[in-house]
Amino acid sequence: MDSTIALQDLIPLLPILVVTGVAVLVMLLIAVKRSHTVSCAVTICGIAVAFLAALAVLPFAGQQVTPLLVIDNFSLFFTIVVLVTSGFVAVFSFSYLYELSDEVEEFYLLLLIATLGALIMVSSNHFISAFLGLETLSISLYGMIAYPVHCKDAAKFPLEASVKYLVLSAVSSAFILFGIALIYAQTGTLQFADLTMSTDGLDAGGAYYIGCLVLLFSGVAFKLSLAPFHMWTPDVYEGAPLPATTFLATVGKAAMMVLLLRYMVASNALSFEPLVVVIAAVAMLSILAGNVLALVQENLKRILAYSSIAHMGYLLIALIALGDTSTPLGVEAISFYLIAYLVTSLGAFGVATVVSSSEKEYDFVADYQGLFWREPWLALLLTAMLLSLAGIPLTAGFIGKFYVVLAGVEGGLWGLLVVLVAGSGISIYYYLRIVYRMLMQPEPGESYREAGWASMGSYVVLAMLLAALLLLGIYPAFLMSVIQTVAVSI
Amino acid sequence: MILAWLIVILFAGGVIAWLADFVDPKLPRVVALGVLVVDGLLMLTLLNETPFTPAGTTGDWLVYLKADWLPRFDIYFQVGLDGLSLLMILLTAFLGIMAVGAAWNEIKERAGFFYFNLLWTLAGVVGVFIALDLFLFFFFWEVMLIPMYLIIAIWGHENKSYAAMKFFIFTQVSGLLMLIAILALAFNYFLQFGHFSFDYFELHNVELGASVAMLVMLGFFVGFGTKLPTVPLHSWLPDAHSQAPTAGSVILAGVLLKTGAYGLIRFTVPLFPQAAEQFAPFAMTLAAISILYCAKVAFAQTDIKRLIAYTSVSHMGFVTLGVFAWNEQAVQGAVMTMLAHGLSAAALFMLAGGLQHRIHTRDMGDMGGFWARVPRMSIVALFFSIAALGMPGLGNFVGEFLALLGAFQVNIELTVVAAFGLIFASVYSLWVLQKVFQGEFQSQHIEESALVDLTRQEMLFYLAMMAGLVWMGMYPQTFLNLSAMTLGSIL
Repeated sequence: MDSTIALQDLIPLLPILVVTGVAVLVMLLIAVKRSHTVSCAVTICGIAVAFLAALAVLPFAGQQVTPLLVIDNFSLFFTIVVLVTSGFVAVFSFSYLYELSDEVEEFYLLLLIATLGALIMVSSNHFISAFLGLETLSISLYGMIAYPVHCKDAAKFPLEASVKYLVLSAVSSAFILFGIALIYAQTGTLQFADLTMSTDGLDAGGAYYIGCLVLLFSGVAFKLSLAPFHMWTPDVYEGAPLPATTFLATVGKAAMMVLLLRYMVASNALSFEPLVVVIAAVAMLSILAGNVLALVQENLKRILAYSSIAHMGYLLIALIALGDTSTPLGVEAISFYLIAYLVTSLGAFGVATVVSSSEKEYDFVADYQGLFWREPWLALLLTAMLLSLAGIPLTAGFIGKFYVVLAGVEGGLWGLLVVLVAGSGISIYYYLRIVYRMLMQPEPGESYREAGWASMGSYVVLAMLLAALLLLGIYPAFLMSVIQTVAVSI
Repeated sequence: MILAWLIVILFAGGVIAWLADFVDPKLPRVVALGVLVVDGLLMLTLLNETPFTPAGTTGDWLVYLKADWLPRFDIYFQVGLDGLSLLMILLTAFLGIMAVGAAWNEIKERAGFFYFNLLWTLAGVVGVFIALDLFLFFFFWEVMLIPMYLIIAIWGHENKSYAAMKFFIFTQVSGLLMLIAILALAFNYFLQFGHFSFDYFELHNVELGASVAMLVMLGFFVGFGTKLPTVPLHSWLPDAHSQAPTAGSVILAGVLLKTGAYGLIRFTVPLFPQAAEQFAPFAMTLAAISILYCAKVAFAQTDIKRLIAYTSVSHMGFVTLGVFAWNEQAVQGAVMTMLAHGLSAAALFMLAGGLQHRIHTRDMGDMGGFWARVPRMSIVALFFSIAALGMPGLGNFVGEFLALLGAFQVNIELTVVAAFGLIFASVYSLWVLQKVFQGEFQSQHIEESALVDLTRQEMLFYLAMMAGLVWMGMYPQTFLNLSAMTLGSIL
């Protein structure tokens, strides 16, 4: 294999290179002079440039750049998605960190590096690059979660959350590595696509191959917070500062899901029956555990954590449906559902972010009592986001659910669909409970902090998210056709 | 395009009503009334359209529109209006106006948001009645839920949180089962014809195995049967009706329940004729159980709104019975029952709501001897009670009689059993009249000065509904002709 890299090979990597460059730039700027505004502005501009770069390299799509990375429509599509999401999180971070009594600039550095990791993950079709991207993302996240640790008046318990995430994430990475090593020992390749052929030679029913795949999948399931590997999720979500939670819940999950999807499609692992059984069991467990445990929570972040467990379970239904069919409907379903989920999560966490600050997070459901009459627009936003999570029409979540159910019907997964219906039924209770709380009479007492100019950007982003949510819910034809073209390229 | 306008006017009107609240809190109700009157007049103009058969459809349609929406799955913005749909949307607009009337003085807080929700619910309902693309239909089916939830949850009575949640979970879960059924149907179309379709007419061509057809049909039945509702899916209804504000109860009983019945007539039976025929004995048994059981339960209630709610379930049993008998008389009877029950139940809920507004209780144990104090209200109540119990000359009689007549040709035993419902209805109706309007006035429970008679404005609304019921009872041909246009092609 030719291992030298020509200059034109680098063109498709432009978005990744730009993000790398911006990370270095931000670091240098911090060394010269600390300024929160400048760091944040450079980060956001850098991400915007990377976004434009991703658009510019669209004509070059469909290339394998080195054996490690593939730049096709699918990876570029999710590159754009990851960049936009990261940019939004950066905007939210600004208003949140504005009053932090510690140096704040490095947060953006971590954010950029984490974004870089996510970009590598969505573009990789090789175990080495996948693992590198995953670790880059995770290690930056440890820092982001623990970020306010030196502040006496930090809102939450970042140290506990970070250590919990660090230990469990490291264990799951070890699982993944061990799985990769076993696969490599048997097949001699780490390229996803080559595994298709190599596994044919293996004894398909063998315990060895089951072991490899289950090890690999449990590591992935941890990162996606699928039951029974979900224990860390609510604690980390709750303990981390809101921007870090937002990033973990959106980019962290989406990049892993995209990677899993690419692996499953490329390696054809779903033709392997025992793995499908395992995934189906995990999906059922996730949907039920996530929804049932969310019922008893009083904290918005914890509710969203448990609901994310359930939503990842719904996504697995589409993933399983992929195996049995020749049409790329499963890929489309996962892609659309992820977009809807990103928009919705960003919106929900965003509302919590703009009313909170680094010293006081308003993350209990009770804190939102009467929001409808105090801050009608924020309440409307949060309601729309919650309804989208519940899959009610006029919102993107409904179309996402439509896709997943259609994929499930196509795959004939009736049992899983019944679980989905039951899970959705349960989930309505805890989503509507929040909505109901917002409708109640406000209690006199402390008010949220004064937003001020630092939150202006966040409000603009929230308005965009609401517009996107409604557009995707009412007239998603454009995104549907984009996803359709993108899904073919995988 | 006019069909799209009917919906757009309601959606936009809702937003305007909300915004009007910021100008003057008394303005939203005027806006809502204006929007509904305009929409209603627009619907009336459709009576003059000449029926035609658009390409790709069957049967006669007054107006028809098919526009691109989501080409990826061959989903269209496909709407059509025939006689049945027209009757239903006219009922919707009429009861919408009644609901605004009921809310006129009752809803004082956050009026703008209330009328926003009211109009959006009605927009969803109108959408349901005209949608011919099953995806679009499901879309509207779910759209009406959230505003209705908000109406119950914000302006409802003492136990509103529980009732609103129960209403939402029941309809949402049954709706999801229906979504799976719709998608299964569309996917089978994909397997047979190579592309997706949610087109009502094209989906008639799908050939399903007997067991698959039965399962898919059951998915639809559960969705519609929950909304209708039929025993054993009815338990959300008494809570939702009794806790909702008056206008909410009017819309729930008058219009929302009819979407379930409409779905059975439009989709369940025509799309799966064999499966529906096989299932008919079970459905008709459920209908008979609904009629008798809920009449019995109604008799045991002390809360006047709960009582009326149970009688609604009982009366809707005649609709199920008629639809699954599936001959012209029976389905005509079902349609007439839908219309007449829409008016009579709405009026009864308005009366109960009016009473509660005056004396702040729904407990019949505290009531009695009202006739001497509020004669106008008593006469109105008497009228609508005997309408509901099926007095000849009024609309409900025509509907229930036709439904029983049609069902008799199909299943004599069940029809005989179901007919006892008419007797039960007389028992509980007269019992309520006796309890509330006759007997001793209980001054220890009720402040006499609070009990004022119907105002002239309220009388106007009741008179309109009375006129409707008399029309239906005396000259039902007007309505039968319109629905015959639909039934001719689907039966």
